[in-house]
Amino acid sequence: MADKEYDIIIVGSGAGGGMATYQLANAGLTVALVEAGGYYDPAADEQRTQLRNPWESPRRGASTRRRPFGDYNACIGGWDLDGEPYTQKGDTEFMWWRGRMLGGRTNHWGRISLRFGPLDFKRRDIDGLGENWPIGYEDVKPYYDKVDKLIGVFGSNEGLYNDPDGFFLPAPKPRLHELYYIDGARKLNVPVYPARKSMLTKRINDERGVCYYCGQCSRACSIHADFSSSTALIYPALRGGRVDLYTNSMVREVLTDARGKATGVSYINKEDKKECTLNGRIVVLAASACSSARILLNSKSAQHQNGLGNSSGHVGRYLHDSTGASRAAFLPELMNRDIYNEDGVGGMHVYTPWWLENAALDFPRGYHLEIGGGMGMPSYGFGFAANQYNDYLGKRVGGYGNGLRDDIRRFYGARLSIACRGESVPQYDNYCELDPTVVDEWGIPVLRFNYQWTDYEINQAKHMQDSMEALLEASGGILLGDKPGAERNYGLAKPGEIIHEVGTTRMGLDPKTSVTNEFGQLHDASNVFVVDAGTFVSQADKNPTWTILALSWRASDYIVEQMKQQNI
Amino acid sequence: MSERSETKHSVERRDVLKALMLAPVAGAVLASTGCTVAPEAGRQAITWTRLPTQYSYARTDVEKQRDAALFAETFFREHELVTIAVLCDIILPSDHENGGALAAGLPDFVEFMAKDRERYKLPLRGGIAWLDNYSLDNFGARFVEADNKQQLAICDAIAYPDVQDEALQPGIAFFSLMRNMTLTGYYTTELGFRDLGYVGNTPNIWDGVPDAVLARHGKSYDAEWLAKCVDQSRRNIKAEWDDEMNLIT
Repeated sequence: MADKEYDIIIVGSGAGGGMATYQLANAGLTVALVEAGGYYDPAADEQRTQLRNPWESPRRGASTRRRPFGDYNACIGGWDLDGEPYTQKGDTEFMWWRGRMLGGRTNHWGRISLRFGPLDFKRRDIDGLGENWPIGYEDVKPYYDKVDKLIGVFGSNEGLYNDPDGFFLPAPKPRLHELYYIDGARKLNVPVYPARKSMLTKRINDERGVCYYCGQCSRACSIHADFSSSTALIYPALRGGRVDLYTNSMVREVLTDARGKATGVSYINKEDKKECTLNGRIVVLAASACSSARILLNSKSAQHQNGLGNSSGHVGRYLHDSTGASRAAFLPELMNRDIYNEDGVGGMHVYTPWWLENAALDFPRGYHLEIGGGMGMPSYGFGFAANQYNDYLGKRVGGYGNGLRDDIRRFYGARLSIACRGESVPQYDNYCELDPTVVDEWGIPVLRFNYQWTDYEINQAKHMQDSMEALLEASGGILLGDKPGAERNYGLAKPGEIIHEVGTTRMGLDPKTSVTNEFGQLHDASNVFVVDAGTFVSQADKNPTWTILALSWRASDYIVEQMKQQNI
Repeated sequence: MSERSETKHSVERRDVLKALMLAPVAGAVLASTGCTVAPEAGRQAITWTRLPTQYSYARTDVEKQRDAALFAETFFREHELVTIAVLCDIILPSDHENGGALAAGLPDFVEFMAKDRERYKLPLRGGIAWLDNYSLDNFGARFVEADNKQQLAICDAIAYPDVQDEALQPGIAFFSLMRNMTLTGYYTTELGFRDLGYVGNTPNIWDGVPDAVLARHGKSYDAEWLAKCVDQSRRNIKAEWDDEMNLIT
């Protein structure tokens, strides 16, 4: 296929790449979809981790370097990939998660699917920080609507201005610990609503199944009842016959001609280690914010001496992740509880969106709360510090013998936890760049990160801790562990740790301060697009996937229209 | 569910262990140090359920290779493994309808986890050595060769983290680690599931907290919230909405 010229070459098969593949192939274009990892389908039993019992794993589901979220997590990838290092500048501690599988990180994400609201696109207008997006909610809303219907998301219409309504599937009923949280939150006048997540609580088409409530979305769903790029977008696109899928293909650079326009990509076939070329009229990067930035920076030519799309010097700049902090409590009222199956969907059924938009606070941007707890399946780590809550009952901690069985039983499921996810303020000085000396196993220069949180994020984390304490206690919980103070940045997660990294190829009107236009089209090369979260100007406190999908669809429509008009 | 086949290596090792463990001697095993303890009448050799050494569950090639390498490695010496067995048996005894640590194959699990997580190796090996030294100092015999009463006296000294005695802290840390390993290793088996009464990990239809449970906790679903929730009798009817974002099917 070396001589074939594709209409479209798409690099990366996660949310952005999957949506572009689906839309562009359905528009009649020929597509080469290039993925650095292997083929993956959780419906194939040899790739199924769902519904396995802990004893089917010798480590009972414990995490490993290659499965950081546990032995049964669907992830193939992680923080630390064989042969693919990244480096840090100074005392930076950026954590970079990369997926290496068809569908990328959409195979094991939390499926929390929140629209950005009108305020989220225009934060500079509100707090004077960062930059406004060149588009507003009204531009993206039609695409959010279409994404809701195509892919499916449960939730509820609440009429909240900055957490817009959608075309929702019905929500699952709250679990018992969530009812405690609801009552606790209401006592404090903190709003709480059904969560919004892309699992099919109701049928949406004949191809995908309906959720059977095993609670294991992070293991990838063998009946395709949750959203992953592969199950919902790529397999249907492949069935259409216009898509060639290249797996285990690591893109080195975008190739350009004497006019500076892209002609295709070069990649390493990881199976035979050979260097290959794909020719295409349009290159669409969807390799993830940092990987796409890396490809652009590595695509140097006489016309693009700074790297492709980087005449502004902004590729890699404004890298930002969500903020995160968490806390847990022991819920005495749930001791010795009745045991029944409450697996539900994977993760929370209820959540609290940001509720202090107009409050006077010492930080500019908000966060939402994700609720955890319940009677999960025992896996590695279950029973550690088995009777630590005895402390709160005036009983002795420790011991041995059959009495431990009673302790295990007494405290099983008597826990409530909260995780906060917040918006950080994008900074020019937080960036990734090419490391001048280090290369990966294929000789491709790797990324070096430079990233520091500011007082905006640290003060926000302090507020998160206060909120979580108040809510957990109002729910009847006894706080566990120490409250992290200033010495630990109030428990603020490391940058990258929340895996919502965005902003490295941000969109904008001014080619001097942005990398792409509002459709992800490079200012410097009209036939190169970015459809991953690199184009985000700011992250909101919302998880990025739904917006990646909407923007990728919007960019795809633009590509089709521009091709029709022969502009590209 | 798991395959029960084992590698040649481990079969050989199992035979060695069996020979040692079935020897009709006191406590457990005589080691090669020459420090023998007189057999004590009526005490049984210690045996446990052997865990499989081959697993098949959606691993990548590099993961398969690593696990195979871990199973090919032997970390604990026989005396150490028997000490682990005796301790696990004390922590979660066998005289229970749902079995105990030995029926759940705990020594094999601890052996695997020590190899899988290198950071466990030294605390476990050093902890066993500490235990033997303490036992020798107090009872003139290593832990597994001490009698049952003496073993329990040692456990009583180190099983509670609130004990302040500085000299006991290494033992307390070791015992806590062993308790963690024992409980996690037990409750992640079928025996543990039964003991706990765990009923999840199977396809089902979640339709809320059972009424009796709600009543017991003084909780209820309010009508406004329920109106947003799925009607499970209609879950297979394809979703359609009106233009106002209302679900109409």
